[in-house]
Amino acid sequence: MSAADLTRSTAADLAHRLTTGEVSSVEVTQAHLDRIAAVDGDVHAFLHVSENALETARQVDADRAAGQALPELAGVPIAIKDVLCTIDMPSTSGSKILEGWIPPYDATVVARLRAARMVPLGKTNMDEFAMGSSTEHSAYGPTRNPWDLERIPGGSGGGSAAAVAAFEAPVALGSDTGGSIRQPGAVTGTVGVKPTYGGVSRYGAIALASSLDQVGPVSRTVLDAALVHDVIGGHDPRDATSIPDQWPSMAEAARRGLTGDVLKGIRVGVVKELEGEGFQSGVKQRYHETLDLLAAAGAEIVEVSCPHFEYAVAAYYLILPAEASSNLAKFDSVRFGMRANVTGTVEDVMAATREAGFGPEVKRRIILGTYALSAGYYDAYYGSAQKVRTLIQQDFDAAFEKADILVSPSAPTTAFKFGEKLEDPLAMYLNDVTTIPANLAGVPGMGLPMGLAPEDGLPTGLQLMAPARHDARLYEAGAAIEQLLEGNWGHALWSQAPELGANGLATALGSNGGAR
Amino acid sequence: MSEITPERVAHLAMLARIALTDDEIEKLTGELGAIVDSVAKVQEVATPEVAATSHPIPLTGGMRPDVPGQTLTTEQALAGAPDHDGSRFRVTAILGEEQ
Amino acid sequence: MAKAELMDFDKALELFEPVLGFEVHVELSTQTKMFSDAPNPAFGGHEISEPNTAITPVCLGLPGSLPVVNETAVRYSISLGLALGCQIAPTSRFARKNYFYPDLAKNYQISQYDEPIAFEGMLEVELEDGTLVQVPIERAHMEEDAGKLTHVGGSTGRIQGAEYSLVDYNRAGVPLVEIVTKPIFGAEHRAPELAKAYVSTIRDIVRALGISEARMERGNLRCDANVSLRPRGQVALGTRTETKNVNSLRSVERAVRYEIQRQAAILAKGGTITQETRHWHEDTGATSPGRPKSDADDYRYFPEPDLLPVAPTPQLIAELRAALPEAPAARRRRLKEEWGFSDLEFRDVVNSGLLVEVTDTVAAGASPQQARKWWTGEIARIANAQNAEPAALISPQHVAEIVALVESGSLTDRLARQVVEGVIAGEGSPADVVSARGLEVVSDDGALIAAVDAALAQQPDVLEKIRDGKVQAAGAVIGAVMKAMGGKADAARVRELVLERAAQ
Repeated sequence: MSAADLTRSTAADLAHRLTTGEVSSVEVTQAHLDRIAAVDGDVHAFLHVSENALETARQVDADRAAGQALPELAGVPIAIKDVLCTIDMPSTSGSKILEGWIPPYDATVVARLRAARMVPLGKTNMDEFAMGSSTEHSAYGPTRNPWDLERIPGGSGGGSAAAVAAFEAPVALGSDTGGSIRQPGAVTGTVGVKPTYGGVSRYGAIALASSLDQVGPVSRTVLDAALVHDVIGGHDPRDATSIPDQWPSMAEAARRGLTGDVLKGIRVGVVKELEGEGFQSGVKQRYHETLDLLAAAGAEIVEVSCPHFEYAVAAYYLILPAEASSNLAKFDSVRFGMRANVTGTVEDVMAATREAGFGPEVKRRIILGTYALSAGYYDAYYGSAQKVRTLIQQDFDAAFEKADILVSPSAPTTAFKFGEKLEDPLAMYLNDVTTIPANLAGVPGMGLPMGLAPEDGLPTGLQLMAPARHDARLYEAGAAIEQLLEGNWGHALWSQAPELGANGLATALGSNGGAR
Repeated sequence: MSEITPERVAHLAMLARIALTDDEIEKLTGELGAIVDSVAKVQEVATPEVAATSHPIPLTGGMRPDVPGQTLTTEQALAGAPDHDGSRFRVTAILGEEQ
Repeated sequence: MAKAELMDFDKALELFEPVLGFEVHVELSTQTKMFSDAPNPAFGGHEISEPNTAITPVCLGLPGSLPVVNETAVRYSISLGLALGCQIAPTSRFARKNYFYPDLAKNYQISQYDEPIAFEGMLEVELEDGTLVQVPIERAHMEEDAGKLTHVGGSTGRIQGAEYSLVDYNRAGVPLVEIVTKPIFGAEHRAPELAKAYVSTIRDIVRALGISEARMERGNLRCDANVSLRPRGQVALGTRTETKNVNSLRSVERAVRYEIQRQAAILAKGGTITQETRHWHEDTGATSPGRPKSDADDYRYFPEPDLLPVAPTPQLIAELRAALPEAPAARRRRLKEEWGFSDLEFRDVVNSGLLVEVTDTVAAGASPQQARKWWTGEIARIANAQNAEPAALISPQHVAEIVALVESGSLTDRLARQVVEGVIAGEGSPADVVSARGLEVVSDDGALIAAVDAALAQQPDVLEKIRDGKVQAAGAVIGAVMKAMGGKADAARVRELVLERAAQ
């Protein structure tokens, strides 16, 4: 078995081969570490590569050799977004203010990965404190899109998406506040899921906007995302907003989707407001082709209207900065993180530290959020945004009366070039127009590859949304749609990703890649 | 017409404890003005009869029993601190000289 | 303001009507903190001395940490709300109060804002002469305490002139209930007395509920007193000040009196009162302005997204209501009757703040009069001399044991005072002190008779007088016997024996 085969395998396949003893976790882990060493200089998906990965893999192999019963994903490597606390690796959330900070505890999801005996490979790059759609706001330099190194990998979780797209990890963890898992998935041709709010613990995820943040899986296939979701999901007493319900197995749902005839008769709601103006033509084209394929497979395509979605971006850019302005107040140079080398009162030191430690986008949103909450403006801004949230939930409720799942493109465009939107915050904010409504309403959303846009040969993504608590429905339908699309293309989308040469240049593969 | 003036940005920066430079204040005044004009759109539909939603999933409770758990050691607590005296975090003087 | 510049209190009351308001913070004695499972330093059983040891990532506000509400703290808060005659909100919410201060780990305090757990109450407060005053309660809400700052350098550990400060987060996150009154009118010249009685009543309530140690000297119970004056005949309220750092019942009374006199002096000269926070100084008996907080006017409250609304079931509220102890005023009326105390005796107990101690001592088997006598007498005297709270010196159980020893004749009052002293000095239980110090009364008649005979033999003239019927002369012999026995004899029995032996 070649190392390339191992890095191009799915997590499900690796798990199977580890179980049969065909490969060892050390081999799998080494193959991924080698791949990271080979390509990450160009991709820059990782902020930190674990020194413990091989040792962790060795332990799994030893326990397996000793006949221990191990969880399904034992020995499978995984990359972890730097927003998550890890006791053995720095956790910076992409910010200079937390440079080198090693938390004294693991995030609940990380603890669960370890309990499932997965092998953490390292920490992935992200926009600072998850504010951004391009990773250009990382304090440690941007991540490059493996499909075109001159383009953004999406954000904030560009590092996790790029790591998976560049075969540096089979699966990864991300966090999604307004699309930070799904939008990078769209522009890197990968799968990502934002679970129902409260479905996965937020304990140990460095908060951006507490009422919107969710941790979720990033992968190349729907089944792999489901397997990771099963590991990290479920009630956590350390997160008060965690839903105490019992959850069905997402992996079983995905496997049902792959083997059954689940698309026949399923009511697919096309959200009228999430296409049209501002959407790239190739994205629209692939979207309508996909809808046609779904109809041909027996799905019932219904148009639904969610009239308040047009207010979602506005509401989001009030709620998020407001919560973030408060969540980020703790970075004050007293208990952890950097301290500016200035003299003066503690207030002076705090203000100088925050000036030096935060990047421009973080400052912008903190000031905006401070404004939205301040005396005399609360009702007009934050209060009104919370009302829009109610209206968007009502839109979802009405739409789910007519449809089992809702669909839209995951992102309005394919990957754009570095710097293209950096000086225009409003344009940058519109990248999340399709993904934000799910965060505001708390419903689960999945992004999966929808083909390459004809005009630029870059990946596009399809978003599926289900009612709150019905994440399993996404996996069932998502796996079936993935299979339908791949059957139509004759291959998996990720198999078309350009080779990343040792000299650091992406070599175009041709195929249906279009002009590059 | 934006309510965002350089004076307001400076006041917000004081509340948020960020020592913005004059250039930053000027730049942010323009950017925030545009953003605020855009997000003010929420007021169009936020009528009095609409209830506010603070939590996406309507749950109550989420409490824990009153049972002590694991604490941090002093070493763990101070490990990430910029300055400490071995058991407490150290900060510079709280009052300026004029007070 | 120098003492001489204050307006005479009676004069101030002639010109102005004082309006009061109180914010009392009660530290709940749960085992763990409000939002973290760290041990709670305000729980009686926890001995926490080293800084930054009773902390978790939540107490330090470490990135990624999340608060989770302590269920018991909510139950305690509901009980307190009910005891204050409040309505309990079917749904209440936590909110973030945003301001930067190094003792506030997250730079926001989790509190309750527009939806407190308890609201609209009425508390009956009894003044020293038995007058009842109804104090209107606006709300009682849950929140978390901040850490502790120590200022180093400069003069005497004050914040002014300090070179640097040290932060200990052990107290950060201790559960608090803040009780806020509505403006209190009509207290007039009894305003200082009402202030003291109000805080004392809250203290009695939380002790009776068993939800707080309620030791003011330890900060378990803290009072911020709001005082404003308005000229006689004026309807609009005057500008108020909020006096903090008032750490004893006596200080509450003095601080309110001081503020009335200070404000009156300013207003009478045509000056204006600055709305501000002031600090009470126990040593000088005066208040001084606190530091103005630059962002105090804009706390940017918003609903705490990390916590769910608190929605106690009606069953829980009913259960807690049924378990409430008697209201303090009603309870006092009942106890006074049961104990058969005179008005004066009872008031003496109440005003010394010893009602709980006397009650507990009676419950432990002592007679009410004896319990009263020891607590308001010897123990109060020692407490006063040591500048301590009587309750902190000795337990009701031990007092009851001492009373039992006196009543059985094993100790004389004089010996019992030594036992009290020994127990307070930490020499162990009363029995330990008696045996270690050898204080037991000699009840062996043989030893007593020998001592009596010896004393009579030494004072033949006295013996003569007794035999002549001058019984009062026996005193000299009794004194000699008591001295010979080192005081460890029952004087009544000695007297009997002296008369008996003299007659032979």
